[in-house]
Amino acid sequence: MLRPHIRRARDGSRMIDPNTVQHVNVKVFLKEPQALNLADVVPIFHRWIREGFLQEMLVDVADYRHVEAGPGVLLIGHEANYSLDNRENRLGLLYNRKASLDGTFQERLSQAYRAAIAACDRLEQEDIFRGILKFDRDTLDVFVNDRLLAPNTEESWQGLRGELEAFFQGFAIERQGEPRDLFRVAVTRR
Amino acid sequence: MKASNAQWKGQLGSQIPNQLGAELDVFEHEIALKQQGKIEDRVFAETRLRRGAYGQRYDNGQRADGKATRTLNYPSTNTKGPGTLWDAPGMQRIKIPFGGLNASRLEMLADLCEEYSDGIAHVTTRQDFQLHYIHIEDTPTIMRRLASVGITTREACGNSVRNVTACPIAGVCREQSFDVTPYARAIAYFMLGHPDAQAFGRKFKIAFSGCKENACGLVRLHDFGAIAVTRKTGGETRRGFELWVGGGLGPVPQQAKLYDEFVPEEEILPVAQAIGRVFAQLGEKKNRNTARLKFLVSKLGIVEFKRLVQAEREILQHDPRWTAYLKDIPTSAELPLKSPALLQIEPVFPHGFERWRATNVYTQLQPGYATVTIALPLGDITASQLRLVADLSRRYVRETIRSTVEQNLVLRWVSEADLPALFTDLERGHLASPVAGTVVDVASCPGTDTCKLGIASSRGLAGELRVRLAEKGAELDESIRGLRIKISGCFNSCGQHHVADLGFYGVSRNKNGYTVPHFQVVLGGEWTNNAGAYGLAIGAVPSKRIPETVDRITGRYVAERAPSETFQAFIKRIGKTECKKMIEEFTAVPRHDEDPSFYSDWGDPREFTLGDIGVGECAGEVIAPIDFELVACEREVFEAQLKLESGDIPQAAAMAYESMLHGALALLRVKHLPVESGADNIVEGFRKHFFDTELFFDPFVRGKFAQDLFKAHENAGQPRTLETTHQLIEEAQLFIEACFSCYARISAAPVMAPA
Repeated sequence: MLRPHIRRARDGSRMIDPNTVQHVNVKVFLKEPQALNLADVVPIFHRWIREGFLQEMLVDVADYRHVEAGPGVLLIGHEANYSLDNRENRLGLLYNRKASLDGTFQERLSQAYRAAIAACDRLEQEDIFRGILKFDRDTLDVFVNDRLLAPNTEESWQGLRGELEAFFQGFAIERQGEPRDLFRVAVTRR
Repeated sequence: MKASNAQWKGQLGSQIPNQLGAELDVFEHEIALKQQGKIEDRVFAETRLRRGAYGQRYDNGQRADGKATRTLNYPSTNTKGPGTLWDAPGMQRIKIPFGGLNASRLEMLADLCEEYSDGIAHVTTRQDFQLHYIHIEDTPTIMRRLASVGITTREACGNSVRNVTACPIAGVCREQSFDVTPYARAIAYFMLGHPDAQAFGRKFKIAFSGCKENACGLVRLHDFGAIAVTRKTGGETRRGFELWVGGGLGPVPQQAKLYDEFVPEEEILPVAQAIGRVFAQLGEKKNRNTARLKFLVSKLGIVEFKRLVQAEREILQHDPRWTAYLKDIPTSAELPLKSPALLQIEPVFPHGFERWRATNVYTQLQPGYATVTIALPLGDITASQLRLVADLSRRYVRETIRSTVEQNLVLRWVSEADLPALFTDLERGHLASPVAGTVVDVASCPGTDTCKLGIASSRGLAGELRVRLAEKGAELDESIRGLRIKISGCFNSCGQHHVADLGFYGVSRNKNGYTVPHFQVVLGGEWTNNAGAYGLAIGAVPSKRIPETVDRITGRYVAERAPSETFQAFIKRIGKTECKKMIEEFTAVPRHDEDPSFYSDWGDPREFTLGDIGVGECAGEVIAPIDFELVACEREVFEAQLKLESGDIPQAAAMAYESMLHGALALLRVKHLPVESGADNIVEGFRKHFFDTELFFDPFVRGKFAQDLFKAHENAGQPRTLETTHQLIEEAQLFIEACFSCYARISAAPVMAPA
């Protein structure tokens, strides 16, 4: 069993310290995934690299359209990857934060959320997708892409639940997956 | 870089063998010292390579974006090797000796590809796994986590003994002499870090095969290839190996030479050690392009090589490890989880089951059991799929999983009665594609997707062919269903294109003022008989027309083949001239304004350029005549092949050599250099203006192709054998390719449309 930073809550339960958690990922699902041809995303991501569209340093495009229910098309960056991710056959924009960030968990979550939403906005504004591509900003997944800092355990859930509820006010938050999976919650507007 | 890196060492502590843990501590210190500028680039590069931590495309900080080559502004200016930036993502290769896996290893690979890579684990053509887009500072943690499940990345690259490969059905194969698994395992760990395997000038690859006829082990393309054989002596059956040495692909492919028809099992490790010592002592060290064992074997001749190895063997100090493992063989065989049971005839099998069974299920030597192949598209598998395979390996078998050189996975010891249920479970994870061992199951190296050496997009083409062939599905004629397609992104042959029915390797051509991605079409290779014959290139076709080329060649085979005629026999019968005619109509490239799609590669919308492989600066104008001259050189090489095919060895050799001279002359003309006629003058002019100036140098193999010209010139007119002429033709083909590349560099083919 992995041993992240554990602390005791007031009620005596064990929980991780949320402020030690890095590598927060946010995935925003598509409203009508069938409307998106992933091949159309490849040239857009290449153009984003060329034109420096995003704040982070962008490096390359990885195309896994041939893998069913896979990572889809990724825009590889230095600080973070963006992808049209199709894991579990649920297509959405995934922001995968790779570099550590200073600050609190709230600040890290906020950064990942804003980066993901900004990328969704940009994609929706692309000529080829205008009026066709719509992200459902009320249906998200939040991951922590580090099994040591936040394994998918009750301690992680107890440590992060309050933080997530504080950030996503008006949303229902539900822990997902099995112990081997990354820590993940589904976030849906009530 | 992961925030948790510092904590993993303490977390894993006792799960890592002490020696390995200490080695990883050293590696971590070396990373720290490199960051402080206390280790030279070259030293650190070899250090990380010996741990399997490779560079990746764009790690020189330059990337062509379709309009221009631009600088990638990584945060750190530190480097992790010559011209390799610290923060640039790299590739981690993970050795899996004989492809042997288990559930916890798959689960670890799943975790690592999710946390450190891009969510994909990639199976290579040598049974390794690779993770891409890895940060160098994460590699010690990745290695520690792998070590906790018994995997080392040590010597996954560098001038060392690489992953030891073996038939994935060893032990369950119906044709095998005996199970080679224990021998492959023993040699892998015996040679790992062995003092006699640390001073090689180049890598050393080992493979084991259970039989001669099939291809699973691909013995004849390895430095050290062992085929299981038995010999009866005085009523006793003894195990041993038919040993082949000095094989290899790459720019100068050579088939291995027979070292000995029977090396007894107790001698296989000491003979490997003795070969290692000879290779370390006498192998080339300065010129890496001639440093593989194949060059040493060719130089010495197999008789002298064997004499030296035997002399070395006689003075080796006895090592108990040579034979210690042999006593465990009778009790170390894999065991099934379930009882043997034949497949019951059910009223209705799951939809698609019978088609999948026909291609993906192998009936084992042991009655009632089968080996199931999980065909992975382009060798790629996701984290959740890895966990599913781990689960199924616990549910149906005793975690008996192996990776294959065809970039797939196999589950061994499946009780036949479980096949329908296993099929249904695999389907749930999109892992029941019924294409194993078929023409749809295209193999490919990473090519321009991630490899620094890639010229054309092998994976892009492989993906396209896979889709098109799969769409044809049931329409595909039975005779072509079992053909193999293998694609390499460049001449280095990581896709093993030489031994495919239809092989392709990436090249480029200057057309209409642009650089256009092409693939050389390689026909005549033999996958069976342990890679029994290597194919030769018959001509370059634009990337975008390769699918039509495949249709044409396979269509003609279907229409004209004699009953039971194999593809190789058909290609041989119709001859290379006919083969070339078949592809000629696909070689034309439309003008850019007519069809710009020809000027970008499969799966990559950027305008194609060689800029990504870091070639040089603009130095001149585009001069049209050389296009014709180099095409003429290619034709000469092809005609040399025809002469060879007809048995006219002297003429074939002369034509191949002439084609090289003409290529050199064409380049001299591009530079408007006065050249007197005569071979000596051409070669000297070429040496002075293209070799001494390094203008002809390939960024990675440096002056190798020029040296091939010099060697051909020195040996011109000397008697040649079939084999040396075959090799000369290969060298001539690559010399002409290098002329094309050099021309592209000095003419600086525009990425943007010319004004």
